[in-house]
Amino acid sequence: MKKAAVWTLALVGALVGCSEKPQSHGLKRGDVPPYAGTGKPYVDAGWKAGDKASWEEHVKVRTQRGQNDYYGN
Amino acid sequence: MARMKFVCDAERCIECNGCVTACKNEHEIPWGVNRRRVVTLNDGVPGEKSISVACMHCSDAPCIAVCPVDCFYRTDEGLVLHDKDVCIGCGYCSYACPFGAPQFPSEGTFGVRGKMDKCTFCAGGPEEHGSEAEFEKYGRNRLAEGKLPACAEMCSTKALIAGDGDVVADIFRNRVVMRGKGAEVWGWGTAYGSKQAGQPGGASSTGTKS
Repeated sequence: MKKAAVWTLALVGALVGCSEKPQSHGLKRGDVPPYAGTGKPYVDAGWKAGDKASWEEHVKVRTQRGQNDYYGN
Repeated sequence: MARMKFVCDAERCIECNGCVTACKNEHEIPWGVNRRRVVTLNDGVPGEKSISVACMHCSDAPCIAVCPVDCFYRTDEGLVLHDKDVCIGCGYCSYACPFGAPQFPSEGTFGVRGKMDKCTFCAGGPEEHGSEAEFEKYGRNRLAEGKLPACAEMCSTKALIAGDGDVVADIFRNRVVMRGKGAEVWGWGTAYGSKQAGQPGGASSTGTKS
């Protein structure tokens, strides 16, 4: 009896360990724009979360500063 | 704001694979999946060119057209993103994509083909911005952090440019004027539909590939 219980537990453990992650149904769309921010502190400084114009300007300046060799020349 | 776009400057790319590494590190991409990779044209021939390739977030994306479960969507920034909860991993998008962007990781006990994975322009997915679920499925959402894609920001020679389409085009145009050559942008016409030098049907398309 005890042996059977141990085998059952081992079998259940193995099945649970090898099972796949649950998958939810339903279509989701990204209706929250990126300028809404993440709500976390790990963001680049210089723009205000929720302010579209501020975010757009910040991204444009960041593109120029980071990727344009001739920026400011 | 214009659409977000990628440009790879073949005159500058040195095939260092820094963009590939940056992408894998930023999003903790699993083994065997490459959202971005470097392709060398005419490898070994004098004058060979390398370009960094990933999802270009096409204007008229063929992946959106062929997806049987309609898992793709386009954001206001022009990014082509997808919902992994809807994707069935059929692989149609992989056949349709001219850039070979869709990747399929092995999932589950028997290593079957999993849900499609591709470049998100570091913009995450339909999950809550910055959430653990978003990171696990789509990687980090740098755009919502006010940053640009890690691959472009990490590029040592600034060959790969990413950002607002108008700004990116201005940067590239200025470079071409300054150096006086290298106006060809591989993939630009295919992804964004413009007819220009180096593209099929463009000003001088002889001997070049899109």
